[in-house]
Amino acid sequence: MAAGGGHGRGSWGSHGETAAYGAEGRGLEAPLANGRARLNNSRRGAVTAEGTVCGIECCPRRGGPQRAMLRRALRLGLGRGLLGRGLGTWRGDSTLDWDGKVSDIKKKIQSVLPGGAWNPLYDTSHLPPEHSDVVIVGGGVLGLSVAYWLKRLEKRRGAIQVLVVERDYTYSQASTGLSVGGIRQQFSLPENIQLSLFSVDFLRNINEYLAVVDDPPLDLQFNPSGYLLLASEKGAAIMENNVKVQRQEGAKVCLMSPEQLRNKFPWINTEGVALASYGLEDEGWFDPWCLLQGLRRKVQSMGVLFCHGEVTRFISSSNRMETASGEEVTLKRIHEVHVKMDRSLEYQPVECAIVINAAGAWSGQIAELAGIGKGPPGTLQGTKLPVEPRKRYVYLWHCPQGPGLETPFVIDSSGAYFRREGLGNNYLGSCSPTEEEEPDPGNLEVDHGFFQDKVWPHLAQRVPAFETLKVRSAWAGYYDYNTFDQNGVVGPHPLVVNMYFATGFSGHGLQQAPAVGRAVAEMVLEGSFQTIDLNPFLFSRFYLGEKVQEHNII
Amino acid sequence: MAAPKASLHLVAPIWKGGPRGIRGLSRTVAPEGNQRKGRTVLQFLADRFYDVQALREYLLRKQVSKVHQKNRSFTYVKEQYGPYIAAAYFVLKQGGAVKFQGQEWMRPNGRGRFSLEFFKFQAVPVEAVDASGCAINYQGLDNLLALKELQSLSLQRCPHVDDWCLSRLYQLAGSLQELSLAGCPQVSERGLACLHHLQNLRRLDISDLPAVSNPGLTQILVEEMLPNCNVLGADWAQGLKLGPEEQSQDTARSIPA
Repeated sequence: MAAGGGHGRGSWGSHGETAAYGAEGRGLEAPLANGRARLNNSRRGAVTAEGTVCGIECCPRRGGPQRAMLRRALRLGLGRGLLGRGLGTWRGDSTLDWDGKVSDIKKKIQSVLPGGAWNPLYDTSHLPPEHSDVVIVGGGVLGLSVAYWLKRLEKRRGAIQVLVVERDYTYSQASTGLSVGGIRQQFSLPENIQLSLFSVDFLRNINEYLAVVDDPPLDLQFNPSGYLLLASEKGAAIMENNVKVQRQEGAKVCLMSPEQLRNKFPWINTEGVALASYGLEDEGWFDPWCLLQGLRRKVQSMGVLFCHGEVTRFISSSNRMETASGEEVTLKRIHEVHVKMDRSLEYQPVECAIVINAAGAWSGQIAELAGIGKGPPGTLQGTKLPVEPRKRYVYLWHCPQGPGLETPFVIDSSGAYFRREGLGNNYLGSCSPTEEEEPDPGNLEVDHGFFQDKVWPHLAQRVPAFETLKVRSAWAGYYDYNTFDQNGVVGPHPLVVNMYFATGFSGHGLQQAPAVGRAVAEMVLEGSFQTIDLNPFLFSRFYLGEKVQEHNII
Repeated sequence: MAAPKASLHLVAPIWKGGPRGIRGLSRTVAPEGNQRKGRTVLQFLADRFYDVQALREYLLRKQVSKVHQKNRSFTYVKEQYGPYIAAAYFVLKQGGAVKFQGQEWMRPNGRGRFSLEFFKFQAVPVEAVDASGCAINYQGLDNLLALKELQSLSLQRCPHVDDWCLSRLYQLAGSLQELSLAGCPQVSERGLACLHHLQNLRRLDISDLPAVSNPGLTQILVEEMLPNCNVLGADWAQGLKLGPEEQSQDTARSIPA
């Protein structure tokens, strides 16, 4: 009954009573001594008369004094129940291990509540988890691509816990959303061509790679119009060489003479053009925001955790070791990543095994936090990650008499480029500034004078119809510019052994993201590149001074 | 589902998800009626049980692999009998029709069976292919692109023909004179832009393309792109709104399409 709480039902036999009285070890003994004796009698009486449990209301035969005793028993019993003498005591334990019992109960409650880490003082659901196998710094297309491939290539479902830390959920300054969105295979390095070829294959089959049950398929809005690169006399030999390499790797590119160019695209002024290379297939432009959202929803469905925060610190440990040749080297290992919450001083130390630096234009800062580059210049410790943000402008203009629907992505020999946008004779384009004219990357303000002075003359010279155009809008975005050789950095750092890079692509990050993500995931899971060999893109080339340079970059 | 607790506040309004997260969006695109009810139950289960979710993903993958199986390349047939026979076999197996030069149209019967008598036409080029309604996709198009004397290609109502497929058609530029893309749900104006390679094209049918955003304007642009071609499709006046003075005149009369 009441003294037994809800548990007394079956245990109203003798052992239940002794249990109840046994649990009363401390506390209320002395005052209750007489009462207990009385209760004993009254309860026994109740049992023998009634058998099993019955409510007090069902014992009308009880006389006055016995009823009073029952009421007292009720009060005491309720009191006992409220004290929470809990689960273990009702099972007939006669040992009085009170402290042990309390901690047992607490552990049981902890295991029942979701989330594991039970903190009764404040809510921690907005913080990232305390442990994560892989922490990816940066939630742009490269970071999400690495997350996707890590989850896809893991050996067992749920084997790897991945956390993506992204500072700005609106992606207002991220290079992915501000990108012009082109993809081409017309590079001079075979690695770049292979990366691009796989990425195009990924984009073509994106609804098989990124399919989420019950969600609508992705529409990338891919324009397969190809790229047209124009070369002057000086660059013609390099272009021919490049096209040879591209065709060897499997890209479908053809060379065109100025005559053929005039026939095919009558709106081009071929003065000064000696040779042109035209991509026939697998080249064009698409919507990068759609790719980003598709990746985000797919990786969420695969179980990757997201955190809206900023990485402020790495806690690492160092080991002095000797190489085979007897030199001393200090190897560092990152143990914790401190993730600071947005607009607050609160931070969460996330214990991790691997950190992936996919922070785009800010990768250099993240590398500095990890201590890369802190050492005497000229040594491996003193080699910084040479990735810095560089501002690039993009202008959108309208030209009613401009080139038609078949216009490819045209890159002039002067560096100016443009492409069509939509059906309404709108065009997007710009030009890369030279080293001396580099704008200040502190903000994303657009310099309209740059279009007037540097871009328009080249465009008007190449396409006479562009002499009358009207700029509709413009924006600026960052390149994660690799000042060393303008190609990506992929793979682990030789000294900070668990930091992997996937950054520094200087304007090609979007078009190579799916393939680079797979390469980094292979490096993390297998220890070496399996499908595309990106060993020339490792960090060590900065120390060894081996530049892998691309010819003709935008 | 392993939806994170620290949810993305930017994602929630777009996907109209709330606690459902990204799955909520499918409700807005789900068809009405019984199918919708059934979908909700399955979706309910898939949200709560990993097994149901894995089963649904498996079924989805099986659907996709069925299309792949249909579009496998017949390398053995190609090596033994040549590209024309391989292409004809591929088209007939998919349920389309094929016409060799100087012969009649060959198509499978109601049950999908066709005679193999065309295997003797090894040196006869294929002149016309009618792949209407077939499940032909990017990979399957490999078989057709070897036909260097193909004059007429009909890809009407093919559900898997999209812009990527159109970007491959430049390989038939030497001979193709007639192309029909009517009713393909995945073809948009971006794929039509690649057709400028087909300089020998004389008839192009681009009517009833639901993915094209502005059919009238696209018609004009395609006509400009292919000056020697007769482009059938949307009427250029379709989608144009009447100006204010014309509107007042036409209130009584019906507007001509």
